[in-house]
Amino acid sequence: MNTLPDLTLHAALDLLNRKEFSATELTLALLERIQAVDNQIQAYLTPTPEAALTAARQADQLRAQGETRPLLGLPLAIKDNISTRGVPTTAGSRILEGYVPPFDATVVERLKAAGAIILGKTNLDEFAMGSSTENSGFFTTHNPWDLERVPGGSSGGSAAAVAAGEALAALGTDTGGSVRQPASLCNLVGLRPTYGRCSRYGLIAFASSLDQPGPLTRDVTDAALLLGLIAGADPHDSTTRPEPVPDYLAALTGDLKGLRVGVPREYFVAGLQPAVEQAVQAALQTLVDLGATLVEVSLPHTDVALPVYYLVAPAECSANLARFDGVRYGFRAPATTLEEMVSQTRGQGFGPEVTRRIMLGTYALSAGYYDAYYRKAQQVRTLIKADFDAAFQQVDVLAGPTSPVTAFRIGERADDPLQMYLADIFTLSQALAGIPAVSVPCGFDESGLPIGLQLAAPELAEAQLLQVAYAYEQATPWHQRRPALPGK
Amino acid sequence: MSLTREEVDHIAALAHLTLSEAQKARYQEQLSAILDYAARIQAVDTSTISPTATVLPLRTILRDDTMTSPLPREEALTNAPEAIEGCFAVPPLR
Repeated sequence: MNTLPDLTLHAALDLLNRKEFSATELTLALLERIQAVDNQIQAYLTPTPEAALTAARQADQLRAQGETRPLLGLPLAIKDNISTRGVPTTAGSRILEGYVPPFDATVVERLKAAGAIILGKTNLDEFAMGSSTENSGFFTTHNPWDLERVPGGSSGGSAAAVAAGEALAALGTDTGGSVRQPASLCNLVGLRPTYGRCSRYGLIAFASSLDQPGPLTRDVTDAALLLGLIAGADPHDSTTRPEPVPDYLAALTGDLKGLRVGVPREYFVAGLQPAVEQAVQAALQTLVDLGATLVEVSLPHTDVALPVYYLVAPAECSANLARFDGVRYGFRAPATTLEEMVSQTRGQGFGPEVTRRIMLGTYALSAGYYDAYYRKAQQVRTLIKADFDAAFQQVDVLAGPTSPVTAFRIGERADDPLQMYLADIFTLSQALAGIPAVSVPCGFDESGLPIGLQLAAPELAEAQLLQVAYAYEQATPWHQRRPALPGK
Repeated sequence: MSLTREEVDHIAALAHLTLSEAQKARYQEQLSAILDYAARIQAVDTSTISPTATVLPLRTILRDDTMTSPLPREEALTNAPEAIEGCFAVPPLR
């Protein structure tokens, strides 16, 4: 078996620079892996093997000419709600079937400029609404650790691709946990940056006050590498933060002496799978062994984060998805009048979860209900953010589980929207507060399914966040485990 | 708190969604359950709390007043289901 597809980005870059292999050989190895396993994993909606090989040959030429770029010749996957020039981008929705963006998202443009090779576009829950990829308009992605289970979502295709060696790393997007939760379920590092740290230009909008792109990688060093490349102000997105981007790789020293780690008591509650609780408690002890001090803190509004999120995000989605009307792109239903065309296109083009959220958001914003639902949710959002502000007066980072459970079975929650929403219970409040958070592998349950430790930090404190994650990772073996793949 | 069938019809019309009778019945049930769950935020006292629409500090973003090259019209139209003479084309209003 060719093990090149299982390398980290930084290891592969090192070997490329030492001419141990070429970018073309590396890309071919990944394409072979995709060929061998993707019929069972189903991570990719649109693989782009020819374009990837062309880019790999160019990368080899550039390297031969002495070019050094931070990702030169490294093959990545991109979630299919992130626009790629000339490559179909569907957001997992039938309503965008056949849409080919005439431009690259800023984060894609930056990765390409850094020399990255794009292997293709990965599956997701339709418009990033879901926690399992079961809401994809096309098919469900399978978890490489157990093919009968979900990879998490909504960036489940990106997570499964990286876990199965179908990409060295991937980009996802996180609106309420969509990078962190699949990272947890697939034994990866998944980072949600501070809101505004990375440009949203070219991300197909779901909830504009919450959406952030983020990396899914095999270790913390790779997450730091990718964040450093995609972060920073963008004239195309007025919500990007103007603060300079620090050297995240330089922050990874492994030293935790004097660090204060807050443990929110609300994160250890009924419904938490015992194996998850044990693994997270053991991880907390590891942080103590590394020199950190644990401080119990309270985030009193944790229990209302879920209803707040499921009012704010659908309200924003109902406005954002108004643009899908059959006029400018994507699917159009045949009809004799404009009004009928728009309503039929939307009725037929959107899947059940997206329709549900548009309706929920429309209701929360409608006359007579705006104050009781949308405005009230935004007020409680203020309190959720204030909880974090208060906690960060006492501690440097917060630690807890990423997901209350390990990967669940395909179909297990698909028919009950509220049950599915509960999968995100620990990842919503950081998104509402706009702060960065990362999921790091921290163990396995009795069925051999991965468990994730979630760390969160104050806004723009990604360097410290990654430093803590790195110290933990270097002290533990979990991130080095790879799944036994079908037919490999 | 339960959504009535008339409310479901009203929301679907506002959102420009043509739905079947079976879909409307299912969404009535599911949205009612979600709204019942969401009702727990009403117990939080927010009488003195201002709403958060964005976590960003409010500031005005301006760009330099210079010409840039926009997407060419032909490219903007390449994804249109129907385009006529450089414009998006749609069915008649009635």
